[in-house]
Amino acid sequence: MRVIFKNSYDNDINLFEDRVHLLKYAVLLLTALVMPWVISAYYVGELTSVLIWSLAGLGLMLIAGHTGQVSLGHAAFMAIGAFSHLALMLRGWPFVPALIASGVITGLAGALIARPLGRMSGIYLAIATLALSIIIEDVAIVATPITGGIAGLFAPPIEFFGLMIDRNATPRAFYYLCLTVLIIVTLGYANLLRSPTGRSFLAVRDSEVSARALGVNVPRAKTVSFALSCAITGLAGALYAHQAQAVNYESFLVLISITLLLQVVVGGLGSMHGAFFGAFVVVLLPQIISMARSFINTNTPFNLGAYPGMDTAVFALIILLMIIYEPRGIYGIWIRLRTWLELFPLYRKGMFRRTRTYLKTERMR
Amino acid sequence: MDILQLLISGIANGCIYGLLALGFVLIYKATEAVNFAQGDMLMLGAFLGITVINSNYMDMPFLAGLIAAAVVMGIFGYLLDRLVLRGIFGQPQFAMVILTIALGFLLRFFAGVTWGYDPISLQSPFAGRILELGGLTIPMVDAVIIVATVLLTTSLYFFFARTRLGVAMQACSQNQMAAYYMGIPVKRVNAIVWALSGVVAAISGVLFAAKGAIEPSTGLIFGIKAFAAAVIGGLGSLPGALAGGLLVGVVEPFASRYLPSGFGPIAPYALMLMVLVLRPGGLFAQIKQKKV
Repeated sequence: MRVIFKNSYDNDINLFEDRVHLLKYAVLLLTALVMPWVISAYYVGELTSVLIWSLAGLGLMLIAGHTGQVSLGHAAFMAIGAFSHLALMLRGWPFVPALIASGVITGLAGALIARPLGRMSGIYLAIATLALSIIIEDVAIVATPITGGIAGLFAPPIEFFGLMIDRNATPRAFYYLCLTVLIIVTLGYANLLRSPTGRSFLAVRDSEVSARALGVNVPRAKTVSFALSCAITGLAGALYAHQAQAVNYESFLVLISITLLLQVVVGGLGSMHGAFFGAFVVVLLPQIISMARSFINTNTPFNLGAYPGMDTAVFALIILLMIIYEPRGIYGIWIRLRTWLELFPLYRKGMFRRTRTYLKTERMR
Repeated sequence: MDILQLLISGIANGCIYGLLALGFVLIYKATEAVNFAQGDMLMLGAFLGITVINSNYMDMPFLAGLIAAAVVMGIFGYLLDRLVLRGIFGQPQFAMVILTIALGFLLRFFAGVTWGYDPISLQSPFAGRILELGGLTIPMVDAVIIVATVLLTTSLYFFFARTRLGVAMQACSQNQMAAYYMGIPVKRVNAIVWALSGVVAAISGVLFAAKGAIEPSTGLIFGIKAFAAAVIGGLGSLPGALAGGLLVGVVEPFASRYLPSGFGPIAPYALMLMVLVLRPGGLFAQIKQKKV
């Protein structure tokens, strides 16, 4: 068990607690850098998907996990990001300005929507954002000049200082591109969380009334959080467009919004790690299931048919068990495990017991 | 006359939305939870109805089949609460949302494996029969649906307003702890509510299947639309649910008829967003300023 001596106030908000903490993330970064040279091109593609969904998850985590405003419509913002990015690139913009512009556009869209939506809370907000996600599907068909209508848009290859980056031709280069964007966003996110703005988000999440009493401008905090969250998700959408090579109205269905929320929940709501854990589960689960099925079919007398929708069902089952037994998600399991290891003989069963809340309505009649 | 005809079919559709919205409102009114799997419970109820009524399956008479499906779904709802939802009793509202979303996925998968992914429709005794009413032609199915919806809504309304159990359910949602102190078996009441919503889902499912074909993913899109209806009416108000359902049902055909193509499907959701922005609690709002 490590004990950290704090001899400056900055110790409380430093990004890394101490050298060991820093070293862990350095190793992680190194692993991420080396990974594409170790695994086959197919898995590099899968890993790139993990990075992109992590980015989208981070976006949702900011609003759902750290500001407490559950959004069931973040695929809509992925769509806005993807379409605006591709539309700009097809009009001759280079990659980097187009990517930044797509983030800004999505952020502005989020801010615009946040004003009216900010008045709702809890379940009403979730439903309103769900409706938004459905509306975007149809808007993507109607707004033909930007989105290419029903046919959609095809992603042009990325030219980067004379270097051509393409998902199929140069998977490693595309992987590094996504990794770079993800690292920049992650660092920005971590820094945001230790700034006054980020703290005000947490205050709003924990109690709007007390946040207001402490001088937090609640509507402003919600709007800023929504805008940043949407901007991050928009970036993820833009990268997703390059990953998928083509996007149309069917690329960002409501189911994607729901899956994104489930991803964040399974990873662990309210922690940045959760977005990453969740992305791993969402992307790799279908792989694992198909591997498990072929293993069972060849090595045991049982023969599992290929049911369509099997992976979503297993994913749903995992969510179900997770919500009942460990609502803090994979990150919660990880924290418990770590505490158990750190405190080895002293760990007690009730250390992470959840408190129960008893329902009281806001309805008056 | 054209408009009237459109109105009648809109009302019949709206009644189905309203029925499903009733299921949402029931759960919300009694446990303050939102059941995102309600649409999938409707789908399950419809498939059960098809299984017991259609001649290539069990070939029961319509009414008996309806009752059988309702009973099975009632038991399903009760067991669902006892075995699954009880596990998150005392957790925040949000946990229930996620749980029911996951449950919806599982139900869809189950239905797909059991009944296949092709649309099936119910063989009802009033299929193809038409009522002539002063120049209007009303399909018999629509008339049955409208009558059933009105009956169900009024009886549920009086159930909540007048009976002991109904009042107990309202008490549970308003303050669980206080209700428990007053001697209300809160957990059992919750289970009964889920059973009741299963029954409502089965009835609306069977009626829906009599009107159109059903497939496993019907519940999702349909559920979201009914959800819009419940929200427009204000979650927590039974007449509101019906009104919202009717509104959505009527707006839909008119929007696809008179608006430029592409805007029709958006209309119900745009309507809901508008209602939510202007009156955040729905038309029959029951939410006041939040207390600490």
